[in-house]
Amino acid sequence: MSYIVKNLAQGDRELIAFRVGDQEFCVNVMAVREIRGWTKATSMPHAPSYVIGVINLRGAVLPIVDFSARLGMRKTEPTPRHVIIVSQVGSRIVGLLVEAVSDILTVTEDNIQAVPEVASSLVKQYARGILAIDKRMICMIELDSLFPENESEAA
Amino acid sequence: MDMNEIKEIFFQECEEQLAELESGLLKLNDGDRDPETVNAVFRAVHSIKGGAGAFGLDDLVSFAHVFETTLDCVRSNKLEPNQDVLKVMLKSADVLADLVTCSRDGGSVEDSRTRGLVKELEALAKGEMPSGGAAEAPKPAAVAAPAAVAPTDDSGFQPIPFSFDDDFGGDDKTVFEVSFKPRRELYSKGNEAALLLRDLSRLGDMAINCDTDALPALDAMDPEETYFSWTISITTDKTEEDIRAVFEFAEWDCDLEVKEVAAEAAEELPMVPVPFDLSALDDEAAAAPAPAAEAPAESKMAAAAARVEKKEAAAAPAAAAANNAAAAANAAGQTIRVDLDRVDRLINLVGELVINQAMLSQSVVENDTNGTSAVNMGLEELQQLTREIQDSVMAIRAQPVKPVFQRMSRIVREVADMVGKSIRLVTEGENTEVDKTVIDKIAEPLTHMIRNAVDHGIESPEKREAAGKDPEGTIKLSAKHRSGRILIELIDDGGGINRERVRQKAIDNDLISPDANLSDEEIDNLIFAPGFSTADKISDISGRGVGMDVVKRSIQALGGRISISSRPGLGSTFTMSLPLTLAVLDGMVVTVAGQTLVVPLTAIVETLQPEASAIHSFGATQRLISIRNSFCPLVDVGRILNFRSTQANPVEGVALLVESEGGGQRALMVDAIQGQRQVVIKSLEANYTHVPGIAAATILGDGRVALILDVDAVVGASRGQSMKQDGGALKADVSLAAAG
Repeated sequence: MSYIVKNLAQGDRELIAFRVGDQEFCVNVMAVREIRGWTKATSMPHAPSYVIGVINLRGAVLPIVDFSARLGMRKTEPTPRHVIIVSQVGSRIVGLLVEAVSDILTVTEDNIQAVPEVASSLVKQYARGILAIDKRMICMIELDSLFPENESEAA
Repeated sequence: MDMNEIKEIFFQECEEQLAELESGLLKLNDGDRDPETVNAVFRAVHSIKGGAGAFGLDDLVSFAHVFETTLDCVRSNKLEPNQDVLKVMLKSADVLADLVTCSRDGGSVEDSRTRGLVKELEALAKGEMPSGGAAEAPKPAAVAAPAAVAPTDDSGFQPIPFSFDDDFGGDDKTVFEVSFKPRRELYSKGNEAALLLRDLSRLGDMAINCDTDALPALDAMDPEETYFSWTISITTDKTEEDIRAVFEFAEWDCDLEVKEVAAEAAEELPMVPVPFDLSALDDEAAAAPAPAAEAPAESKMAAAAARVEKKEAAAAPAAAAANNAAAAANAAGQTIRVDLDRVDRLINLVGELVINQAMLSQSVVENDTNGTSAVNMGLEELQQLTREIQDSVMAIRAQPVKPVFQRMSRIVREVADMVGKSIRLVTEGENTEVDKTVIDKIAEPLTHMIRNAVDHGIESPEKREAAGKDPEGTIKLSAKHRSGRILIELIDDGGGINRERVRQKAIDNDLISPDANLSDEEIDNLIFAPGFSTADKISDISGRGVGMDVVKRSIQALGGRISISSRPGLGSTFTMSLPLTLAVLDGMVVTVAGQTLVVPLTAIVETLQPEASAIHSFGATQRLISIRNSFCPLVDVGRILNFRSTQANPVEGVALLVESEGGGQRALMVDAIQGQRQVVIKSLEANYTHVPGIAAATILGDGRVALILDVDAVVGASRGQSMKQDGGALKADVSLAAAG
């Protein structure tokens, strides 16, 4: 495994950008454990609609969350071309089902714009900022707020 | 290794010694008069005292010392270990355990409690029999709550000064003749005769005579053997006790005799100190054909034998270490201490290995039509090996239930004392082994049940006598292996369950309707219902609002079952059946609505293919299946788990007859049975959350996750539904979420 160790200036962040539908999102690279292809999941009874099921990640049981459905968008019909972003959320590990990983970005705090005032509470809950890169708009997501520790109670 | 680590080891050893102490005392209590048992008890206290001394734990040392002194009287047959004596001793063992706990975790044991016992012990040592009343007096206040161990006051424990000088006429100088003959173990344990003699010389004026008669010719000499013995004449104002104390840690490894001789006699036989110039021996040793000569020459000391031993050790440290290790292993029943994390890691890895092997086998089978190929045969062997590895690794975690059972005997003692009953605890099958996690988790429910049995189960001595029973109640705690599970039985010979009262109570508490028609068994099992407590008044011992329902739930959480059978006037039997390990499970792999599920095999009574004629509709949605002329509710697993929206046709599936906690059978409907296999349990909670109706997950041979059904929760859910519809007798609060 080879990756470039960059000297990040203070305030610089590395983000992984991915595509869901026609929108782009990104999460902190430090939260991402690995990225793997889609494998069929075992569905869970009594699960929220955005939980597709669980898969075997080298012996651990990994819940798979349909990112699109979690944000209140269309439910994803997974295909072998979809990818799972295995990420650390609090003390848990969760797999995010997304369409594709598009980029790895290095940004400074200056690149991050505040989230505009919108009505949707769901958007306000997860969005931490907006990036404008190459005329694209990328929404920065805080995973911890998307899957709070007390989700078990909420679900 | 820093001091804290050493201290930690000391405390671990203390626990072992305390267990040894308690089991020895209980053996004595049962009439065992084997001197070895007394010795074992004595050694346990002695070792704790010795270790505590090294760490400056004065409270512990002073109490242990008094205890030890009394035990020594038993050892030398000066004190008959009868029931009364042992009662004091068992209490002392409890206090000693508390003192150890306090030394480790901070806090203090109540002063009055320790002091009272010290007095009793000293009285025993002096040959006074304990008077029943005096022994009881300081007790109730001190143990009013089990929290007595916890730091309850700030005053702290005050060491009790004690002195033996009174017994030995302290002021006058006495002459003792000490004969000291070390055995080889003395040196192999790192003691040295010279140092002991030096310590002894500090007590007074002494003359030493070294007996070298046993020294053989050099070629016949075993470097690890001891050949010298010493006769010491010492004039001192100290007591025999003090002289013995010098040899305290060597006492078992030498022949020691301390005799008091008349002062005049000693005067007449002045002993001339022998100069221990053994350079000649050193020279000979240097000439011996061994690398021993390379060891640096040391100052001339008395213990020539020890020197030879040392050189030998330097020459062949490996051999010596091996010897020591072997000796230590023999003494400790061949055990090693391993960090639990390491064992758990190993178990996890083996779990992965099993899954991986299954996946490999499956893909080979899929790609290879020729079943006799070498690959296949190799795989079969691999499968067998992995299974064996798995079994052996699981066995590492297996531990006898003995420690838990021993803790129970203390609880019986304390609670019986508090409620003024006389109760004997008989244990059976203490060496039955079960996984450590299970052991850790059964202690609490078991404690609760024991308290219950003592408080409610066994009647007061007066009532017992009136009923023509032995005034002393008996509680029997037994463990045995039964078809891959451990069966723990708690039998009391008390009054049994008062069914009328239980029934009335259940009606009062709105648990059953007044006109409910319940069998005796159903009434007995009502005590497990949430919010049920038979104690009329809330006592300190049991019935603190948590009742048997908590016990039942914690047993269920372990994958176990509990049931009660009771005979009025004769007592009750609680039977707990628990899995041997929490890591693997024998399951039946079934298909439900296209999903693969695993049903724990232990829950399944039988499987059957329902015929259309056996299915009867009952109400709007409920269906019953008739099995050998009894009707059993059908539960569609796919429907309960929301895998499908309509009920499946029972005739197309398979019914699994399950027996669930809370009695009664249910027929679980599944689509098909795939097979039976042992699966490794994987937590769902780690990364996800608890799912109602699902106990855990596992990974099957194809690498996919399969869910393990929580049979009790599914049955509970089905009962919840049927209750709403037809208002059954039991209004027990069995919601899916709570049943996990």
